[in-house]
Amino acid sequence: MSEILTDNNNKVHVENMNFYYGNVQALFDINMDIAEKKVTAFIGPSGCGKSTFLRTLNRMNDIIDGTRIEGKVLIDGSDIYNPMTDVVALRKKVGMIFQKSNPFPKSIFDNIAYGPRLHGVKDKNQLMEIVESCLIKSALWDEVKDRLDKSAMGLSGGQQQRLCIARALAINPEVVLMDEPASALDPKSTLKIEDLVNELKKDYTIIIVTNNMQQAGRVSDYTAFFYEGKLIEFGATGQIFTKPNQKQTEDYITGRFG
Amino acid sequence: MNKQRLKAKIIKYFLQSCGSLSIIIVLLIFLFLFKEAFPFIGSPGIGELFHNIWNPVSFQKEEFGLVPLITGSVLVTILATVIAIPFGIIGAVYISEVASAKEREFLKPFIEILAGIPSVVLGFFGLIVIAPFIKDLFGLNTGLTALTGAVLLAFMAIPTIMSISEDAIKSVPAAYKEASLALGASKLETIWKVVVPAALSGIVASVMLGMGRVVGETMTVMMVTGNAPVISMNPFTSVRTMTATIAAEMGEVTIGSDHYMALFWVGIVLMLMTFSLNLISYRVLKKYGMIDK
Repeated sequence: MSEILTDNNNKVHVENMNFYYGNVQALFDINMDIAEKKVTAFIGPSGCGKSTFLRTLNRMNDIIDGTRIEGKVLIDGSDIYNPMTDVVALRKKVGMIFQKSNPFPKSIFDNIAYGPRLHGVKDKNQLMEIVESCLIKSALWDEVKDRLDKSAMGLSGGQQQRLCIARALAINPEVVLMDEPASALDPKSTLKIEDLVNELKKDYTIIIVTNNMQQAGRVSDYTAFFYEGKLIEFGATGQIFTKPNQKQTEDYITGRFG
Repeated sequence: MNKQRLKAKIIKYFLQSCGSLSIIIVLLIFLFLFKEAFPFIGSPGIGELFHNIWNPVSFQKEEFGLVPLITGSVLVTILATVIAIPFGIIGAVYISEVASAKEREFLKPFIEILAGIPSVVLGFFGLIVIAPFIKDLFGLNTGLTALTGAVLLAFMAIPTIMSISEDAIKSVPAAYKEASLALGASKLETIWKVVVPAALSGIVASVMLGMGRVVGETMTVMMVTGNAPVISMNPFTSVRTMTATIAAEMGEVTIGSDHYMALFWVGIVLMLMTFSLNLISYRVLKKYGMIDK
């Protein structure tokens, strides 16, 4: 399956991955290469393992007790599950946006400055520059520039999600993982997030989990279809949506199940 | 049919009166305190209470200044709170964020037990263990100081602070923690920079409730603080708290005398202090949705 992508630079390489929650196996022998500075979408019915797989890429599953992983995940050629890997450095490189927007109950400024401060930026002017550039990148600057010191909890749902994107960008990641970033938003806010994804792929490798197939079609270059913990089909988005090779993919895309 | 309705009505009134009993008791106690204390305003005069000396039994001049008693209570309370806050909050963080499920099951009953130790027993422990220890440690003439009382009262405040702070910390949404970890924060950074600030209102309320408990505590402080009614903010001197004064003197006072009424004023001041501490913590908890409205 991965030969389709060989002419691209691969950012992420996954080899023979199995993943378990306790005794329950959630992912079965996943092999995948994810292209740099492209948008890759994961689709599939809920419970198919696509979010679990996404969370293995920045080791967010580590915080859940009793999880276990087998196989290899390479990012830029280095194995992120190697015991020598610095998880902090990994998560700095691989940012994440969650399904439900989760700004901290702090000011807009402090939300975005949180990451840079953690990683040692103290200079007020430098922080201000980061905050401004990230808010511009996440298309939120014009809406909030006059109230950076106000609580982030006062923003609308769509604004909060874009704030979370700005916060993730503030630590200069190379890969951005998005776990159904628009599933809780209205159509207008969803469209803004999608425009943003298109804009961001110039600089970042984006991996997006979505339950919305039209969305996958609109924003992604590559699409992977998961079903019951297995990667069923992976290819260019156009091909997956028009001429899927697998019967299950076709059934899912045409709405016969899922 | 009619008989049944009557029965239901009687039961309802009975339950209602049980429910409102606490309100009635609080009101009656306030009323009673004021009734007994009221004549003091006329005869020795309310100004007497603001004097700096408490010397209610004297052949020359009786003095009913509440100031040394109030400073005594305030000093002991503040010291006890300062000692209890780090232990209470760090303990709460440990139990809710760091400890394994097994450790938690082991630790939590001990907090309950600490909360349940009778204050007299704690007083014994203070007299025999803490007072000599403090005397030797700081080279004092006596171990019966404000600090000794504060250490023991901190033991009482810690369980209150710990269990309510723990509830507050546990109610911080997991999404905040995930967001922080995903930004490359360590577990400790996440706790101090995100979880504790998000739980701060509950933590503040727990401290207030702990203070309320400390202000009202009587037996332990009477046993270990030395009972000298002097105005002092030095932790190494003996002090006398409002509670200890009432407990020690009420038994020997002539009913209706100036001294008797002055003790009731001490009671009123004390009750107002605990009442406002409880009210503030209740408000804080309610505002941030930690108790039902």
